Amino acid sequence: MRKIERKDIEHIAKLAELDFSDGELEKFTVQLDRILDHVARISKVDTEKILPTSHVIEIKNVFRDDIVKKSIPKEDALKNAPEVSDGGFKVPKID
Amino acid sequence: MTAHELHNMLVKKEISCADIAESVLSRINRVESKTNSYIRVEKEKMMEEAAAVDEYIGRGGRIGDFTGIPIAVKDNICTKDIITTCASRILKNYIPIYDATVIKKLKEQRYILTGKANMDEFAMGSSNENSYFGNVSNPWDTERVPGGSSGGPAASAAAGEAVCSIGSDTGGSIRQPASLCGVVGFKPTYGAVSRYGLIAFASSLDQIGPLTRDVEDCAGLLNVICGHDENDSTSINRKNPDFKSFLKDDVRNMRIGVPAELMVKEIDAEVKSTVNAALLKLEELGAKVEEISLPNLKYALSVYYIIAPSEASSNLSRFDGVRYGHRNKEAKTLREMYKKSRSEGFGDEVKRRIMIGTYCLSAGYYDAYYEKAQKVRTLIIDDFRKAFKKYDVLISPTSPTTAFKAGEKLDDPLTMYLSDICTIPVNLAGLPAVSIPVGLSPEGSLPIGLQVIGDILREDNVLKAAYNIERAVGFDKKPNIL
Amino acid sequence: MSKKYESVIGLETHIELSTNTKMFCGCKLSFGEESNVHTCPVCLGHPGSLPVVNKKAIEYAIKIALAVNCKIREYTIFHRKNYFYPDQAKNYQISQYDLPLGVGGYLDVDMGDYVRRVGITRVHMEEDTGKLLHTGRTGRISESVASIVDFNRGGTPLIEIVTEPDIKSPEEAKEYLIRLRNLILYRGVSNCNMEEGSLRCDANISVKKVGEERIGTKTEIKNLNSFKFLQKGLQYEIERQTNLLESGGKVIQQTRHYDNNTNMTKVLRSKEEAHDYRYFPEPDLVPMHIESKVVDEVRCTIGELPAEKAERFEKEYNLPKYDSSFLSNDKKVARYFEDCCKLYSNAKNISNWIMGDFSALLNKEGIDINDSKIKPANLASMLKIIDGGKINSKIAKSVFEEMFKTGESPQVIIEKMGLEQISDGGLLEDIIEEIIKENPGTVKQYKNGKKKAIGFLIGRVMARTKGKANPKMVNEIMTKKLK
Repeated sequence: MRKIERKDIEHIAKLAELDFSDGELEKFTVQLDRILDHVARISKVDTEKILPTSHVIEIKNVFRDDIVKKSIPKEDALKNAPEVSDGGFKVPKID
Repeated sequence: MTAHELHNMLVKKEISCADIAESVLSRINRVESKTNSYIRVEKEKMMEEAAAVDEYIGRGGRIGDFTGIPIAVKDNICTKDIITTCASRILKNYIPIYDATVIKKLKEQRYILTGKANMDEFAMGSSNENSYFGNVSNPWDTERVPGGSSGGPAASAAAGEAVCSIGSDTGGSIRQPASLCGVVGFKPTYGAVSRYGLIAFASSLDQIGPLTRDVEDCAGLLNVICGHDENDSTSINRKNPDFKSFLKDDVRNMRIGVPAELMVKEIDAEVKSTVNAALLKLEELGAKVEEISLPNLKYALSVYYIIAPSEASSNLSRFDGVRYGHRNKEAKTLREMYKKSRSEGFGDEVKRRIMIGTYCLSAGYYDAYYEKAQKVRTLIIDDFRKAFKKYDVLISPTSPTTAFKAGEKLDDPLTMYLSDICTIPVNLAGLPAVSIPVGLSPEGSLPIGLQVIGDILREDNVLKAAYNIERAVGFDKKPNIL
Repeated sequence: MSKKYESVIGLETHIELSTNTKMFCGCKLSFGEESNVHTCPVCLGHPGSLPVVNKKAIEYAIKIALAVNCKIREYTIFHRKNYFYPDQAKNYQISQYDLPLGVGGYLDVDMGDYVRRVGITRVHMEEDTGKLLHTGRTGRISESVASIVDFNRGGTPLIEIVTEPDIKSPEEAKEYLIRLRNLILYRGVSNCNMEEGSLRCDANISVKKVGEERIGTKTEIKNLNSFKFLQKGLQYEIERQTNLLESGGKVIQQTRHYDNNTNMTKVLRSKEEAHDYRYFPEPDLVPMHIESKVVDEVRCTIGELPAEKAERFEKEYNLPKYDSSFLSNDKKVARYFEDCCKLYSNAKNISNWIMGDFSALLNKEGIDINDSKIKPANLASMLKIIDGGKINSKIAKSVFEEMFKTGESPQVIIEKMGLEQISDGGLLEDIIEEIIKENPGTVKQYKNGKKKAIGFLIGRVMARTKGKANPKMVNEIMTKKLK
C-alpha cells in the first residue's frame, strides 16, 4: 500500500469536514499511516470468488406499510437546534 | 445484590423499591467521585420513580423481574427528555426527542434509571479514557482503566452504583470492560436487540446488551430487551425464548472448541492459565474440550479497523451543528461552521476513526479497503460456521490482559486496538457471546474474564455454558472500593 | 446551431412519488405547509434513528421502471451517498448505486415524422432533501447571508430515471419529458407537478462534428425544471459549446446551473471539485429480493399504457390515428371518452366534440375534463338530440356552451332557451313564402341562373327563425318554391 502523506490527510479532512492544526496534521499523518499499513495486511488474503458480506443475518424484504404516523410537534423538532429562524434551522451563508 | 435476589425480596415485601434506590444512591454518593461511572446521575428522579413503583406494587401491580430495579444506561442510548451525550462535547446538551426501543421495554418493566453511564466518546475506545466527561476508573484499582467503551456500565455494576446496566458492544465494548471489572457482560446475536435509539457507531456491528453481576440477571435482562422491532429493519423477527430456561446445570457432552488464534502470544500468561483452569473444570463436568483453528481470525482486527471506521465516518457526519449539537457560533460560512463545530465537538480518537473511515471509502481506495475487508469478513464468518458444525460453543479469554494502568496505551492507538483481538471476531460474525469472571490475577488481584461464543441465535448454548462455568468456578470476589 | 455540429443529450429525471408517507418514515407527505411540521427523529436525522422502507414506494418504483420497459433486478439494495449539505438531515442520502431497481429499458418518443428510441440506463430509488430558503433580498444563494432549512420535504420518496445519451436535440428532449410525464401520470404514482418540484430534470450534453464517432466533452446542466426551460437551457448550452468549438476553444467538463431569468447556464463546479460520494451499502437496511411473481402482480395492476390504449381505440372505436392518440394521451380524457361511448354509439362524433369545442373551453378555463360540469351522460344525450334532428349542429354549439357553464342537461337548456329546431313543414312554408315576397330582386337573380343566390334567401329564413329552422327542410322547400 502507498504511504499516507500529509496531502492525503488534508484531502480526507476536507471530505470529512474536519479542521486540523499543523501539529495535528503531522500527528495524524504518522498515525494513520501506521494503522492503514497494519490493516492493509488483508490485501494478501485470497478473496477471489468470495462475495463481500452484506449482512451477517440473512434478512430480506423488510417493509413498512404506507400508513401515516403522527409527526413530532414542531417545538420538538427545533428544540435542540443551535439557531432557529422563521420556524426553520438557520445556517450561515452557504459557500 | 443481584436483581433476582432483590426481586424475590420485593415479591415477599421484605424490601421496598425506595429502600433499594436509597441503598444504590448511597453507594453512588460514596464511590462515584472515585469511579466517575456516570455522566449524569438521576438522583431525584430515581427516588421519585421508586416511590411511584412502590405505590404501583401497593395497588397490586405486577412485579416483573426488573420492576423497581435501579439500572444504569450507557449514554449512547437515547432517553427522551434526559440529556444523552455519547460522552462527546458535540452532544453535550442534546436532549433526545424519543426513547430508544430498549428504554421503552425497560419502562414497561418499570425499571429505575440510575443515570446515564460514562463511556468512550461515541463508543470508540477500550479504556474509557476518551470521554469528554473524564476517565472512568476501575473499581478494583482506581489507578487502572475499567476497559471500554462501556467503562461506566461495567464500573457502576461492579462498584454497586447500579444493580446492573445496559451497554453496547461494537468490537467488545460490553465484554472487555465486563472482563476488566469482574462482571458478566453479554453481547446478543446481531439483530436480537433493536438498535433503534442506540446512537450508531458502526451499524453492522453495534448491539445492545446487559452487564450484570451474575448469569441469571443476564438472562433476565435478555428476556426484557430482546425482541423484534419494526423500527429496526435489521432486527430479527422471531418469538423470544425464555432465556432463563437455558440456565441448566448440565454440560455433559457439551462440545467446546478453543480457537488457537485467540490463545496467541499477545495473551498474558496469567489470563491463559486462569481460562485454562476454568476449561479443566468444564471437562470435569463432562464437557468435551478441544483446540481448533479458525485461520482467518488473524485478520479480524484489520477487517474491523476498516469496516467500523468506514461506517462510523458516515454515521457521524450527521453531527454538523445544524439540527442539534455543538455549533461554533463565530463561523461566517457554512463550511467553516461545519469544520469548526465538528473539530471542536469531537475528540481525537473519534476524529482519527472518521479519518480512517473516510479514507477507506474514498475514491480509489474503496475496493482495496472497504470491499476487501467485507470479503475477508465473509471468510471469517465461514470459519465460524464450520466451527459451529462441530462445537456448541467456543471459549477464549475475553481480554488479552487484565486492567491496565490509565495512560499506558494512550499514545499508541494500534496497541490499544489490540485489547479487542478476542472480542472483535464475534462482532464481525454477528454472534452471541458473553464474558464472565473466572478468577483474579495472582499478581495484581485483578479480575480475569472468559468469553463464551455461540452460533447465531444460539444464546441458549452460551448461557448454559456460562451458567455452569459460573457455578464451577464460584467467583464471588468483590472490588475493594469503599 | 451550426449545421456542422450535432448534440448528444442524456437526461436525469427526478420524480417525487405520491405515496401517503415518506420513503423511510411514517411522516405525511405535504406541500406548501408550515415549515418543519411533518418531521420525526428519522427524517430529521436524529442520533439513533433508523430507516424502514415504505412498501408502497417500492411498488410505485416498480410501476415506473416497467413503464419505461426496464428489467426489474431480482436483488437490489440501498447505498449511502455521502456529502455534506444542510438540506440533508444525515449528511448522506440513502440512494441506490450499482444495484438499482430497474435497468436496461427504453422509451419511444414520437417526433411526428420519426420515432426516437431513448435508452433508459437505470431507474433507482432514493430520498428527497429538505428545502432551503435563502435569506436576503433576492432569495438567491449567492447573495444570501444565511439559509433556513425546512425538512417537511426531507425523505420524500424519489425516483431517478437516467437515459442513455440517445437524445439528439432539445426538441427530442422536450418530447421525451412530455412522454415520460404522461406515462407516470397515467400510472397515478406521482402528480408530476413541475411547479411544485415533483418532477425535476438535469441534462448531460455535449456537441460533436456531424459524422464524428467520438463524443465531445460533456457538461451537466442542473435545474431544467419545465418543458420550456429544458428546451431553452439545452439550446443555450448547445450554442455555447458550439461557439466555443468554432472559435477554437475547448469545452470543459463541469456542472452548470440553468438560470431561467437570464436563460443562461453558469458554472456550478468543475470536474476537479466533483464530489467524492463514498458510496457504500446502507447497513441499516436489508436487501430486497423482488420476485418475478411480485413484478407480475404489479404489472397486472397498472393497466394499459397510452400507446396501447391508442391502438385499442383505433380498433375498437374505428377512430382515426390522430383521434386515438389525442384521446389516450391523458388518462382522464380517455376515461371520459369511453364513458360517453357506453351511452352513445357514434364514437367519432364524441371524439369530434371532445377534441373541438370541449377542449377549447377546457383550455380557456384551464381546468381538467373531470372538473368540467358537463358529465358524459349529458354530452351523450346532446349528441342523440342532434341525431334526432331536434336541434342542428349550430344551435348545438350554444347548447354545449350553456351546458359547460351551468351543467344542466341539454333537454332543459333547449326548452328553457326555446332552441328546438323548427321542422314543422307548414310553418316553414309560411316563413319561406314571406322571405320570397320580401326579396324579389334576389329571387329574380336566382331565376336568371345565379344559383348561389339561394344561400342568401336561406340565410334570411334562418335569421328569422333565430337559427332554429331545420336547414335541410328549408333547403328543400325553398328549392321547390323557387321553381
